[in-house]
Amino acid sequence: MKALATLGYVLALPVLLVLLWWALTLGAVNFFVPTPGTLVGKFGEVWFGPRFFSDVLPSIGRLLVGVAAAIVIGVVGGVLIGSVRWLRALLEPVLEFFRAIPPPVLVPVLILLMGITDSMKVAVIISGCVWPVLLNTIEGVRAVDGVLSDSAHTYGINGWARIRYLVLPSASPQIMAGVRQSMSLGLILMVISEMFASSSGLGFTIVQFQRSFAIPEMWSGIVVLGLLGVGLSFIFQWAERNILRWYHGQKEVENAA
Amino acid sequence: MSSQAPASSGPAPSVGRDRRSVRKLPVKQLLGFAGIVGFLATWELIPRLGIIDERFLPPASEVIVALVRDFGLTAFWISVGETMTAWFLGLVIAVALAVVLGFVIGSSDFLRKATNSTVEFLRPIPSVALIPLAVLLFGVKIESSLMLITYAAFWQVLIQVLYGVADVDMVANNTAKTYGLGRMARIRYVVFPTALPYLMTGVRLAATVALVLAITAELVIGSPGLGREIALAQSGGAISGMYALVLATGLIGVLINVLMRFIEKKTLSWHSSVRSEVIA
Repeated sequence: MKALATLGYVLALPVLLVLLWWALTLGAVNFFVPTPGTLVGKFGEVWFGPRFFSDVLPSIGRLLVGVAAAIVIGVVGGVLIGSVRWLRALLEPVLEFFRAIPPPVLVPVLILLMGITDSMKVAVIISGCVWPVLLNTIEGVRAVDGVLSDSAHTYGINGWARIRYLVLPSASPQIMAGVRQSMSLGLILMVISEMFASSSGLGFTIVQFQRSFAIPEMWSGIVVLGLLGVGLSFIFQWAERNILRWYHGQKEVENAA
Repeated sequence: MSSQAPASSGPAPSVGRDRRSVRKLPVKQLLGFAGIVGFLATWELIPRLGIIDERFLPPASEVIVALVRDFGLTAFWISVGETMTAWFLGLVIAVALAVVLGFVIGSSDFLRKATNSTVEFLRPIPSVALIPLAVLLFGVKIESSLMLITYAAFWQVLIQVLYGVADVDMVANNTAKTYGLGRMARIRYVVFPTALPYLMTGVRLAATVALVLAITAELVIGSPGLGREIALAQSGGAISGMYALVLATGLIGVLINVLMRFIEKKTLSWHSSVRSEVIA
């Protein structure tokens, strides 16, 4: 019974919205809004064909490579900058400025520097996604518990072991918060880099549909991007739950106390 | 959720940090200044030494001269004005919608449960997915920017308001009920102060996202503003002009960050001072 109620809560509103959409598009034919049936039909037709391999997969590949590289660069750089005090003071204003630049403006700059290539698109994603991870890692490394840090020092834990067992775990909640921002930013940058100047990829295809007034196809593209966003968000939440299991447990204990 | 953790644990560590930075202030500022100078010098040298062609990356001095020249142009300020208008209007619409909906949904257990799946599904949809739709509906007008900005900023604020309203202290709420405070009075004096720090975090995040989306809309769709000027400068070959505009967007971003942090500090310091008095 309880499971049924939960299921009802999860499904009721979405079902209601789809029914509303269906009912509203039933009568007059609206040029801008396709019926649910048309959209589902077009969705299968458009995206589960050769386009899946020529546009969707390469886009996702670039996104994953870009975000992964940004995370690695951000964490390595963040640990380095966060542990060396003078380096942090030296770079902080410059990094603050770079973070404040809206990442999409890097698209025209990188097109200029690298031409319209795959590596340019990956570079756009990296250059936008690296800042949240980098700055959050710096913050996290800086906020390592003083007592823990001193204890580790006393026991002669230094170098790599210190980073592996002290610095990275205590910074990981902050790092994950940065990674979450990077993921959604990465998706946005992937689409923009393809919309701005490209001849393939998800963003390009969707703009192409819009320019040729293929409205149901365009909507199906929007749905693909939405599903991609939702899918990434689920993967991230799953990863976060596993990586930060100890942290959430600790929080619960602290809150209960 | 980890995104709210820094907000709630923020004030405490910052006290220690401030004290340390007061002692180290001159050194720290000098180092920061040296960092900026070093960055500009590197930028100046890369094209001068021919590592990257000057046509693609003009030296820093040239770009700064172009930026200063921009500061004297009315057209530049009109573009800045257009971008900031879209940013501000989009942010205000998003915050207003999110606050009203957040309080309505948050204060009802039934509504919260019923909307949870829909919110979690709609929230991760990247707002750039709406670009083609915005173009079809509004063309290259400010409404296109507003639609993207509002969609992106709305979720940031809504989620935080929902957390905030859920964080209300049951004892305080029941006490207020016992003293005969009505529904509106309780929202005003109990729920709203609890949710305010969360709301401010949401607004700060939304302000950054709104600027990104404002520039994106101008860049990709071509609605009026700095983003369009950047795209035009790039395709027109005015390379140092383009870099100058990129610098200008960065400066606007820094200003927005400073402004938002200032506003947040004002509201949060009021909040935490009240809280610490209550605890003491």
